[in-house]
Amino acid sequence: MAGFVHARTGHKARRAGRLTEPVIVRVLLIAIALGFLLLFLVLPLATVFTEAFANGTAAYLDAIREPDALAALRLTLLAAAIAVPANLVFGVCAGWAIARFQFPGKQLLTTLIDLPFAVSPVISGMVFVLLFGRQGVLGPWVADHDIKIVFAVPGIVLATIFVSFPFIAREIIPVMEAAGSQEEEAARVLGAGGLQTFFRVTLPNIKWGLLYGVILCNARAMGEFGAVSVVSGKIRGVTNTLPLHVEILYNEYAFQAAFAVSSLLAFLAIVTLIVKTVVERRMGAAADAAPGVATAPQPS
Amino acid sequence: MSIEVSHLTKRFGAFCALDNVSFTVKQGELLALLGPSGGGKTTLLRIIAGLERPDGGSVLFDGDDAIRRDPRDRGVGFVFQHYALFRHMTVFENVAFGLRVRPRAQRPAEAEIRRRVNELLSLVQLDYLGSRYPSQLSGGQRQRVALARALAVEPKVLLLDEPFGALDAKVRQELRRWLRRLHAEIHLTSVFVTHDQEEALELANRVVIINEGRIEQDGTPEEVVEHPATPFVVNFLGQVNIFHGRVQEGKALLGPLALEFPEHPHTEARTAAGYSRPHELGVSRTDDGGGLWATVTDVRVSGAVVKMEVVDEERRPIQVELGREQYETIRAIVGERVYVKPRKVRVFMDTPP
Repeated sequence: MAGFVHARTGHKARRAGRLTEPVIVRVLLIAIALGFLLLFLVLPLATVFTEAFANGTAAYLDAIREPDALAALRLTLLAAAIAVPANLVFGVCAGWAIARFQFPGKQLLTTLIDLPFAVSPVISGMVFVLLFGRQGVLGPWVADHDIKIVFAVPGIVLATIFVSFPFIAREIIPVMEAAGSQEEEAARVLGAGGLQTFFRVTLPNIKWGLLYGVILCNARAMGEFGAVSVVSGKIRGVTNTLPLHVEILYNEYAFQAAFAVSSLLAFLAIVTLIVKTVVERRMGAAADAAPGVATAPQPS
Repeated sequence: MSIEVSHLTKRFGAFCALDNVSFTVKQGELLALLGPSGGGKTTLLRIIAGLERPDGGSVLFDGDDAIRRDPRDRGVGFVFQHYALFRHMTVFENVAFGLRVRPRAQRPAEAEIRRRVNELLSLVQLDYLGSRYPSQLSGGQRQRVALARALAVEPKVLLLDEPFGALDAKVRQELRRWLRRLHAEIHLTSVFVTHDQEEALELANRVVIINEGRIEQDGTPEEVVEHPATPFVVNFLGQVNIFHGRVQEGKALLGPLALEFPEHPHTEARTAAGYSRPHELGVSRTDDGGGLWATVTDVRVSGAVVKMEVVDEERRPIQVELGREQYETIRAIVGERVYVKPRKVRVFMDTPP
């Protein structure tokens, strides 16, 4: 989402605030923010890792190497590996259309992109069950052609795509709008074709925004629980993703194993955060290096 | 290459950007499209480049229809108002872009590309900046990179959109002189858009003045200055004093001025206005006819000229500009009465409703 924008304006606001706010207010605000982080983020994260290693490293490795856990890991990676490229294509198309063209329904498209943010993931999952389930609208057709969607891998992939599709589009629309279309026009007049213009001019300008979107999209795709839980049917070793596998283990009172598998997801989250920070820094540098790019051409 | 624009029309929704515009640019000419902003000049330039589609009319390059051709096949070089340099490429790569994107068969070898880019960079006097990025350059330098980039593809026409609009006055002067020299050297058919009349008159061989999507006048700088075709042109090309009144039976009665006006010998009166530039007014102490008495309210010496403001009997201000020596012979000071006589008045009848 527009997280990096918030982070950057926040940074400026804090710097300006330093001149005006009294010390006590500053200390209090920082203490509250840090305390909150500690209580709700650091503590749980630490618990995950402590619990995961509660019975020693051997037990930890056993839990991870267990066939069902590995199957869940594979499925999670597969779902993300399909969902992220699909959303990349969709995001670039939608971003391009919204940032570059005027067309009827543009406002609607912009709003619809946010839909997965607005509806509960459980409902997103239900939609696919209602569509492709036995009593669903497309159910009979799907059954006739011997395609399994609900309670099978395709359903999981569909649900994952659905919940993670806003991230890339949301991220590149503002970047493309800020970059404007003048460089693309310049490329065209200089003789570049459509693809040359995209790969040599557009893509380098949006690449950091795009990468940022991919990271967020990937994080969501791997972590999704609600929607996937509805369509998966939770068949061990077949339709279980990592988050679902954690839940099953937990319900079976296999706490140590549940936390061990959780630690994989937590580790993934930490890697995502690190990559995100690096990308943000590069984006900031790229934005600073391009002064006055936001001036759109006015027909006169 | 010559360009022939005929009957071009372009609307943006209800707004009419161009209304039946026709003119031609001859081979090797440096033509200025001059007019106030929002008048349709940039749209016109973008249509010639192929970045915009007209609703009607035609654009011919050397007699061939250009409208249906893609911008990449038109052989135009375009310099954007805000330069539109590729910000993630070095100056060198910016200039090389047009050569690198050519189809393999027409693409010059790497050594040839290097040679041509370096040649262009020295033409725009920036050969020492090839490895910099656009964000590290000043406005004037960016402008010259944009020009070198446009010239790299060896265009047959060079189009420039407000080429000096975003630069400060001194840099603008310099670049203007430089562009004129460059044009004299390479003799490329060029069209530039500007809202600065001084720039247009100083730089161009021919000026097309556009207002509200229509051509007001098309002529050489002397023609538009000496023989403006419409009141708009008179107003746009500099400060002018306006005397309102009417014309009847071969006479123009414009407030305190009475002039011969043989263009309208009829008995019915028409409203009209006379236009006279500050430097076209003479000042004396005696009534020698054809002028009006006025009171001096302000005198300012600015360099070689003296700027005077006088007011007529009805206290309407009139601006007068005298040469320094001319002023010395009169030495009128504030509060004195002087006789102001226009050497030249252009009378335009109002268009009948």
